Formats: sequence, C-alpha cells, structure tokens
Amino acid sequence: MTSFYRTVMMNPKDNVATALDYIPAGSVVKVTCQEKEYEIEIKENIEFGHKFAVVPIKKGKDIFKYGEVIGVASKDIAVGEHVHIHNVEGKRGRGDKINENSSALGL
Amino acid sequence: MKTAQLWGYRRPDGRVGVRNHVLILPTIVCATQAAKQVTELVHGTVSFIHQHGCAQVGVDYDQTFRTYVGMGTNPNVYGVIVMGLGCETHQGRSVAQEIAKSGKPVELVSIQDHGGTLGAVAEAARIATKMVQDASALVREPFDISELIVGTECGGSDACSGLSANPAVGYVSDMIVDRGGTVILAETTELIGAEHLLANRAVDDRVAKKVYQVIEAMEKRAIMMGVDIRTGNPSPGNRKGGLTTLEEKSLGAAAKAGTRPLQELIDYAQRPTKKGLVWMDTPGHDIEQLTGMVAGGAQIVLFTSGRGTPTGSPIAPVIKIATNTPMFEKMRENMDINAGTIIEGTESLESVGERIFNELLLTASGKLTKAEILKQHDFGIWRIGPTF
Repeated sequence: MTSFYRTVMMNPKDNVATALDYIPAGSVVKVTCQEKEYEIEIKENIEFGHKFAVVPIKKGKDIFKYGEVIGVASKDIAVGEHVHIHNVEGKRGRGDKINENSSALGL
Repeated sequence: MKTAQLWGYRRPDGRVGVRNHVLILPTIVCATQAAKQVTELVHGTVSFIHQHGCAQVGVDYDQTFRTYVGMGTNPNVYGVIVMGLGCETHQGRSVAQEIAKSGKPVELVSIQDHGGTLGAVAEAARIATKMVQDASALVREPFDISELIVGTECGGSDACSGLSANPAVGYVSDMIVDRGGTVILAETTELIGAEHLLANRAVDDRVAKKVYQVIEAMEKRAIMMGVDIRTGNPSPGNRKGGLTTLEEKSLGAAAKAGTRPLQELIDYAQRPTKKGLVWMDTPGHDIEQLTGMVAGGAQIVLFTSGRGTPTGSPIAPVIKIATNTPMFEKMRENMDINAGTIIEGTESLESVGERIFNELLLTASGKLTKAEILKQHDFGIWRIGPTF
C-alpha cells in the first residue's frame, strides 16, 4: 500500500527524488513530477532531505536533479536505493583525478 | 508595485546607511586587541578581530587593503578610528587617507606613536566618545530602495536550501532589482556546476565570458590541491543534510539569484558599478564572503541556512532565514525568518518571499537582527597570496 511520506522531484528529467519526511525501508511512496508518476518501494531508510533513485541508474551514468547534472553514479543504483556520497561522485573540482582528464572543464 | 518609505542616514558621499556605527578599524592583527578594548569602553563603537595586515604583497596586499577601506567607507559607518601598530605593511595612514576621501570623519591612532597599548586605547576612546556623540545627533531621513545594495548568501546548506529559502530569496532578489536596487550574488565556489545558467543570463558576452573565467580559476585552485573538492565542500554538515556533490549544492545556491539579468561580475570587496543583479567573485567560506560583500558596500545581507548559523557582521545587519522548521525552532535566537513552511506545504514561496522583503524593509529602517543583538561581529578576509 502506498504510504503518505512526502517527496519532491524537481524536474521530469531527474532520475532521483528527495524525501521530505524520514522514510523507513519497505515503504511504498508515490513520486510525481509534471507528467511523470512513479510508485517506488524504498529499499533503505531515507533521512529527511536525502535522495533515492526513481529509475535504475547504471554505474557511470549522470545523476540529474533540478534537470541538471549533479554528479555521476560510482556503482549501479537500483530503484528505491539511497543516492548519496557512497554511490555518487562529483564531476567538478576533482584534484584527485588530475591525470584522468575528468573535469567538466577539461582542466 | 509595493514600495515603502525607508529611513536611513545620508552620508557625505551621497550614499545611505541603515546603521550609524563608529568603527574602530584595526589594520593589523597587532592592534585588534586594543581596538576591542576601545569598544568595551565606548558605547556605540564596533570592531572586529582578524590576523592580517602585515607581510603581504601584490594582489593579496591590494585585496586586503580594499577590504579595510571598504569596511570604513560602507555607509552603515558614521566615522572611523583606524588603529595601527606603526611598523606594519598595511599602514594605517594609507587606509585612513583612502577612507577620508568619502568625506566621513576619520582619525588615526597608532600604538607605537601613543606610548603603547594603554596610551593608544585611551586616545582612541577619547576620540570615539566625541565621534559617537556626533553620530547620535544625526537623524534618519527618507531614502529609496534603489539606494540599497543587498548581499545574498547561504551557509550551512541542506537539501531544503534549494527548495525553500534560496528560491524565496531569489523571489526577493527579483523584487529588489525590479525596484531599482542592487543585489549581490557571490560564493563562486558554490556556483561551480551552475555557471551555465548564470552565463545565459549575462547582459553581454563580456560578462558571460567572465562568469566562465572566475569559475575556471576557482576550480583550478581546488584541482591544484590535488584532492576532491568534496573533502571540503560540501561540508560534513551539508552532506548530513542530504547534499551529495558540490554541483548539487551549487544548483540550490544559484536559486538565490532569482531570474533577472546578470549585469556585471566584480572582484572581491569591490563596489558594484551597476544596479540590478551583480556577481562578486568570493569563496564559499561564509565569513570571507560576507566580509567581501559588506566591504563592497552592501548595507544589508540575506543569509539562508539549513543547518543553522550565528553569523553576523560588525557593521551590516544580516537577516538569517531557516530552510526548515525543526532547525528554526532549535535555533530561534539565531534565525530571523522561517522558510520551512514551504517544505511543509503550509505557505507558498511567494508568501515567504513577501515576508522576507517586509523584514528587509523594517531592518533597513532600524529593526535589529538576531545577529546584531547577539553582537556577532564576524570578519574574515579572502587571502589570495602567501604571508611572508
């Protein structure tokens, strides 16, 4: 059964949504954004303000929020999984990848 | 369009202050304790602690010099007593001369010339008593919102920042711009990943090009450190609040800038030359950014926070806006306005924007902010060179 935990998805291009309540694992939540509508089983506890995947995201694929790129998946992410620093990397300001030419500016 | 009568202090250079401080301005770390002692003796004076003003060269010297002068010339300051040691690189005399060009009262007291700390404190306090009384004789007069420069800032951000308080400040930013005022967007670091959105709003190609230049310079500084910028930004508190990457934080931070055209891109602590939305090149560090905007002439600052922060300026009121209700409840004595109602769905973004705008008008005419009441006199200079 769908539970009434509040969520927000900023842009139809996004592949993540944000929890506006603490959502315990196992909950089924409804996520809507304009014409998009998802019913998602939450796989892990999601803290208030944290993100979860609304579609499967393959390792190396961009993470979209606000319809813009906020980073890249560092491992495969299933629908309903917590999306945060353990499975997403930033693409910018990456001094640790200086020789990998990974910066969006190509620095 | 809603307008309101604002009341402020007209300065000799024509600008308007929303406060009437006497600033004890130490241009060197060695004089900061003496300056603080003067503020303890004389009502109506303010000062700040810092660790700069000596053994600095080149553009780093210039930026620190510009920051001191900007603090002194900010129209919220009635008059200035510059306190120096005597032998330092940033000579108090040079700073005092530059501030004096604004026409406001300026005096210089140096510790070495006045027989040490006690002599210097006594002399500065003596001058300050007269200056404070003169300042108190000034009355507020009407002024227009088009004479305001409002700084915008976010610090201790969380995932709500980009959903509630920042877009609400963006709404206010548009209101100020539409009424002929000036709004400063800053924290270049926290616009990395959102620069294309701002560049698209630049008034011309030159401004758009500068957007990419300052972003590239800031990103290069991070890359030079040889680490992922995420080790320092987003901060541990940002990450706990749900922000995953700097790009995500930036996209939320950019919401503060509203929707109006970007008129110009100015250096740290530089005074805007255009009305409307301007971008000042500063780091994301809260206090360094705040100081740059105030030194650039901002009379008031709108500051959003998700984690909560006490931040304030010695000379400019800082209106602090909570992104979420639990933090607002927990830190009521630090936060002025709650935008968490947007998250709860009990209030529209526009309605919160109107509340912030009204608070801005009241504050401009004299209402004290929480940070002022708690004497939160923060000051920090963005150093861009080594100390020698």
